[in-house]
Amino acid sequence: MSAVPGGVPGGVPEPRRAAATPFSRRALLLLPALVAGGAGLGFFAMLRGLGTGGYDPRGVPSALLGKAPPAFELPPLEGIGLPGLSAADLRAPGRPVLVNFFASWCVPCVVEHPQLMRLAREGVPVFGVGYKDQPADSRRFLEKHGNPYARLGVDLPGRAAIDWGLYGVPETYLIDRGGVIRWRWAGPVTDDTLRADLQPLLRRYA
Amino acid sequence: MIPELGHFALALALALSIAQAALGLFGAQRGSARLMEAAPPLAAGTLLATLAAFGCLMWSFAVNDTSVSNVAANSHSTKPMLYKLTATWGSHEGSMVLWVLILALCGGAVAAFGRDLPSALKARVLAVLGLVGVGFFAFILGTSNPFDRIWPPAPDGQGLNPVLQDPGLAFHPPLLYLGYVGCAVTFAFAIAALIEGRVDAAWGRWVRPWALAAWSFLTLGIALGSWWAYYELGWGGYWFWDPVENASLLPWLAGCALLHSAVVVEKREALKTWTVFLALLAFGLSLLGTFLVRSGVLNSVHAFASDPTRGVFILGLLMLYVGGGFALFAWRAAAMAPTGVFAPLSREGSLVLNNLLLCSIAAVVLAGTLYPMFADILLGQKISVGPPFFNTAILPLAVPLIGAMAVGAVMPWKRARLFPALQRLWWAALGGLAAFLLCLALAGARIGPALGFAAGAWLILGALADIADRLALFSRPRAALARAMALPRSAWGGAVAHAGMGVLILGLAGMGLATDRLASLKAGESVELSGYTWRLDRVESAQGPNFTARRATVSVLGADGRTVTVLEPERRSFPVGRTTTTEAAIHTSWLSDLYAVLGDERDGAAVLRLHHNPLAPWIWIGAAIMALGGALSLSDRRVRVSAPAPKSVRAGEARA
Repeated sequence: MSAVPGGVPGGVPEPRRAAATPFSRRALLLLPALVAGGAGLGFFAMLRGLGTGGYDPRGVPSALLGKAPPAFELPPLEGIGLPGLSAADLRAPGRPVLVNFFASWCVPCVVEHPQLMRLAREGVPVFGVGYKDQPADSRRFLEKHGNPYARLGVDLPGRAAIDWGLYGVPETYLIDRGGVIRWRWAGPVTDDTLRADLQPLLRRYA
Repeated sequence: MIPELGHFALALALALSIAQAALGLFGAQRGSARLMEAAPPLAAGTLLATLAAFGCLMWSFAVNDTSVSNVAANSHSTKPMLYKLTATWGSHEGSMVLWVLILALCGGAVAAFGRDLPSALKARVLAVLGLVGVGFFAFILGTSNPFDRIWPPAPDGQGLNPVLQDPGLAFHPPLLYLGYVGCAVTFAFAIAALIEGRVDAAWGRWVRPWALAAWSFLTLGIALGSWWAYYELGWGGYWFWDPVENASLLPWLAGCALLHSAVVVEKREALKTWTVFLALLAFGLSLLGTFLVRSGVLNSVHAFASDPTRGVFILGLLMLYVGGGFALFAWRAAAMAPTGVFAPLSREGSLVLNNLLLCSIAAVVLAGTLYPMFADILLGQKISVGPPFFNTAILPLAVPLIGAMAVGAVMPWKRARLFPALQRLWWAALGGLAAFLLCLALAGARIGPALGFAAGAWLILGALADIADRLALFSRPRAALARAMALPRSAWGGAVAHAGMGVLILGLAGMGLATDRLASLKAGESVELSGYTWRLDRVESAQGPNFTARRATVSVLGADGRTVTVLEPERRSFPVGRTTTTEAAIHTSWLSDLYAVLGDERDGAAVLRLHHNPLAPWIWIGAAIMALGGALSLSDRRVRVSAPAPKSVRAGEARA
């Protein structure tokens, strides 16, 4: 009985099953070249996409772009004196608004917080959703870092986040004056994001 | 003037490489001794020219010549000299020059030390190395010229990324490149074998030291990178399954499989096609890593600035070498008829198992790394594959691999029986069980770390059992010393490397028991973590050579109230480049690390992240021991001397 290394996932061939039929052996020996060629085509498509914008390893598109927000209704955060958030608040708000998903346990949320504060100071309505965050923790987070939100809903079970197709926190959506989602940003809103993406969009949809 | 010389030297190296490739291949094909003899001096010439180019680049950095755009973008006059020099390979362009320098070094080494190689094989190996060089010299000259001038010169440089201003990281790329490019030599041997249509024991003996050297350097390079991430990034983690880390792990796995299967070629003349395939694969995976890091198709903290033209160029090279190599493989490998037939229960059988499992792990890592990219381009889906996938998918493969690692090493060649092999290892198994139970008793029901401790103990004790058995330490203890002297270094090397893996796994298991907490403290306040009291004494400002820092002083008190250590984590801000880095403070007792990171300060309180990491240093010590095992094995005279060992020596080491 001879030792027979079996085929391995990922197109690694096995050289010694062999002799049975020369054709199958040939096909097996050809497999690495074919896999490499296929991968090469894929990589080429990615490089093309990088140029045309069809492929972007950083951006996360959303199925909701160009649509109205999903139906949802979130209770307010107790003890902070702000109203809750529901789909009705986003139906034709009359001016562009931001919906920001955050959590006190999320470090990038702290990173983006100053930018949200600045937007709020500049008069852009920022609506918050506390994602899977204990109300007491959210309260402490806002007391510590400041509160940029005009409305704040609590999504403790994370149900609304599923309907929105949340990728992770923080995540920010821009809804235009007619109540259509125009932009989605997965990750912290940094100074660069603000300058390069958000401010031009805010001007365009104002 | 000096940069222009460097530029010229690169062009010269390109021309010499073209000659090296053309004369070597043509001469070997024609069987012309005169043409073949031209290859080694040409390789030496390529090495000299590349060395000159590298020296010119380094000189530009040393004198901070800001009229060179690469220097202006990556260096600064106030930077310490060491980091000015290491900035030579800190940028994309400079690191490519280092890459080709190491390639030229490998070519020079084959030319110098390969005196006993058959002349046609040597000419072809040098020619393939030359061919690889042609592609990369053309890449540098065409898309990434490190000697580009800017006019007017910048008043001063923009500084190297301060995160990279660190001895660990300064030497991480050269070690990794030694590993990656070492794979180019095994690749060249594989291509030469495919052209000749012949793989024999001598070929295996020639390939193994290169595979071993490349693997040892990769081990060190990866370990250094992981260590750097541990102490510099300040996350307290050591491995993140980041695509770029995976890209360096893949050639390591393939190289590890290769150096084991090359042994089978050498001893038993079996697994030839497979070994050639692994040699092609290892280099292919190193090039894939180069492509992923430099083309911008990846989203990673490690990725270099992206440029689509460079990406297309590297993809072209990748396709030329890997696609071409595999096409040649498909065409020619069928000619290499398998000869050796062997029993599954034998040393070679266990090496096949090792290869299978290592390649399966490589396939899992490759799939997990590339799947998100391909899902994006083919299906338009954004998926992220993270540590949970890798950990759960690799565990079931790692368990049999570790189990078999100790058993395979004590099996004889050709035909073995399981029972005597296990008999040699019973006390290693007992030790593993004891470690498992001990961990459960001390740390509670934590199956993962307990399994890790068992695996580590099993490997270390298994390696000891193997050596003790070879020395007949217990049956004939008096002769043991004499036998120890006679035991080939490669046997010592194998046992040391396996034990090093065991040490590494103990470190991983210990990190499975790590604890941490986040605390916001005012001066004088303290918190408890894993039996220690951590007290923040003060936070003050400090001045470095090209940065300012906030430095916290944290006293760590033991259970008896005595001060164990004083930690001084820093947050540095570099005015040039406007970046901030965290410098974790680590106190190691070799059995555990106390680790503190300083975060933001607010209202007189500082946010501190404190970690207690049991056995953390063992991860890197284990990796260093593994590389040491590789070096020991390399120093074996049978590796250095190409002539087959005399029969009498061979008989004495039937299980070596």
